[in-house]
Amino acid sequence: MLTVKTVHTYYDGIHALKGVSIHVSEGEIVTLVGANGAGKTTLVHTICGFLKPAKGSIKFNEHQIHLMPPEKIVSLGIALVPEGRQMFSTLSVEVNLEMGAFLYRHDREYIQQMKEKLFDRFPVLRKRKQQLAGTLSGGEQQMLAIARALMSRPRLLILDEPSMGLAPLIVAEIFKILQGLRNEGTTILLIEQNARAALKIADRGYVLETGKVVLEGTGEYLLGHTEVQRAYLGRGTPHIWEA
Amino acid sequence: MKGKSNFVLLIFAIAIAIFPVVVGSVQSISHYVDVMVFAGIFALVSMGLSLLMGYAGQISLAQAAFMGIGAYASGILTTHFGWPSSVALVCGMILTGAVAYVIGVPSLKLKGHYLAMATLGFGMIVHIVFNEEVNLTGGPSGLVGIETLGLGNLRLESLYAWYYFVWACVVVFLIFCLNLVKSRIGRAFLAIHADERAAEAMGVSVSAYKVKVFVLSAMMASLAGSLYAHYVEFINPSSFNLMWSIRFVLMVMVGGLQSLWGAVFGTIFLTFLSNEWLQVFSEFEMLIYGVILLIIALFIPRGLVPAIVETIRRRKFAAKS
Repeated sequence: MLTVKTVHTYYDGIHALKGVSIHVSEGEIVTLVGANGAGKTTLVHTICGFLKPAKGSIKFNEHQIHLMPPEKIVSLGIALVPEGRQMFSTLSVEVNLEMGAFLYRHDREYIQQMKEKLFDRFPVLRKRKQQLAGTLSGGEQQMLAIARALMSRPRLLILDEPSMGLAPLIVAEIFKILQGLRNEGTTILLIEQNARAALKIADRGYVLETGKVVLEGTGEYLLGHTEVQRAYLGRGTPHIWEA
Repeated sequence: MKGKSNFVLLIFAIAIAIFPVVVGSVQSISHYVDVMVFAGIFALVSMGLSLLMGYAGQISLAQAAFMGIGAYASGILTTHFGWPSSVALVCGMILTGAVAYVIGVPSLKLKGHYLAMATLGFGMIVHIVFNEEVNLTGGPSGLVGIETLGLGNLRLESLYAWYYFVWACVVVFLIFCLNLVKSRIGRAFLAIHADERAAEAMGVSVSAYKVKVFVLSAMMASLAGSLYAHYVEFINPSSFNLMWSIRFVLMVMVGGLQSLWGAVFGTIFLTFLSNEWLQVFSEFEMLIYGVILLIIALFIPRGLVPAIVETIRRRKFAAKS
């Protein structure tokens, strides 16, 4: 479905992606783990068209998307839940949702239907629909960000660190929602620092380190991999603590 | 809700219509009609600026320059080339729109202070051109003998004709802008204002919308400039310098950045302030503007009109419960 092929991207003059190749197949949850500065967000921004790769190509279904402007990429069926939610905090919850279906702005009926559907899925948003998005709690904002992205009925949903700054209980709830979405047929690319939770629900995963993919495999394989355990799951290095 | 806003518009239109009748009957304030013509002309500029600044979140310090381009286009085409004034006005708007497009495409990539600086620089350049192109513009001493506005045999001869014409333009544009703001396009402006990156991720073509609203605001300023030139029948560069651009920003901020009504009332308020009530302080005008801006920014950051509306609403709510 999505094929990223040896992509090089420069960000602020830094060679942030040094030949990254990943692929996501229909119906999968693929997760991308890595430390701060590994290039996860840069990769997301390159896929979404905010950054243009210097080399390499990105294919979505049969389209070459790496030279397209973001709005074109959205229209092909890729939706992003950006890092840190990035709500339109000065607008109401309802308007935020409607903005998610901006591509379908001429189809009032569609927007109304999708809104109702998502209010059913996230009842808390219905309660808050007149409130300004900036006044929601962190968890509610993350729900809204996901709902907003779903308004365009994407084929591929990309989430950039959805668990950032949220309480563990809410993180669990969000991951449950993602699994539900996958079961309904949405393909998901999940970028996470919370490697354990992400790998648990992922079909496959990639480990990114300083702009390169250093490991890939099924979620289970990566969870069991000693390097991953050492670097991201904080296991297997008691001697460090003892020292 | 919709009925209510139509009702407000109707009240406003009636107030505008009877204003000259009431004011004209009192000798000592009969010249207020003249001040209101200027306020109406400036309101066209500030409404455009409100769309650009308040809704789309892009600062411009070039509105006076755009107004000047419209004014000089009208002035030069009618006096030097003998074009009919209405054609000159439309040509001025098209020219200004084209200039704004060319300026807007590169400069709207800038953000915040940088965009302000770029538009400021552009305003300076335009001002210099007005001053130096003596053959066309008459240089610092200005362009005289511009005829009044007319279409065929219809000509705006009297003060009252001007008053009603200018305010009709204001009402038409006000209705247009109010509808625009409520439409999907208005939503896109607000989204861009709130978060450009997120707006982009929603499929809003951010740069295209920014350029469009910039061009629209410039063309409204150009229309105002042409009206100004034909009304005063004399223009010189100092009417379109940086101070005027700042004044327009101030008008929008005093009335309420994210409120078209605010732009209109802010403009009326400041026009009366500078032309009438504060004439004794004329040398210190900018000082007083500074104080006003400070007070607004500190105590009523949303501007006068939204603050007043909110207060009334609260009173009503309190009375009910």
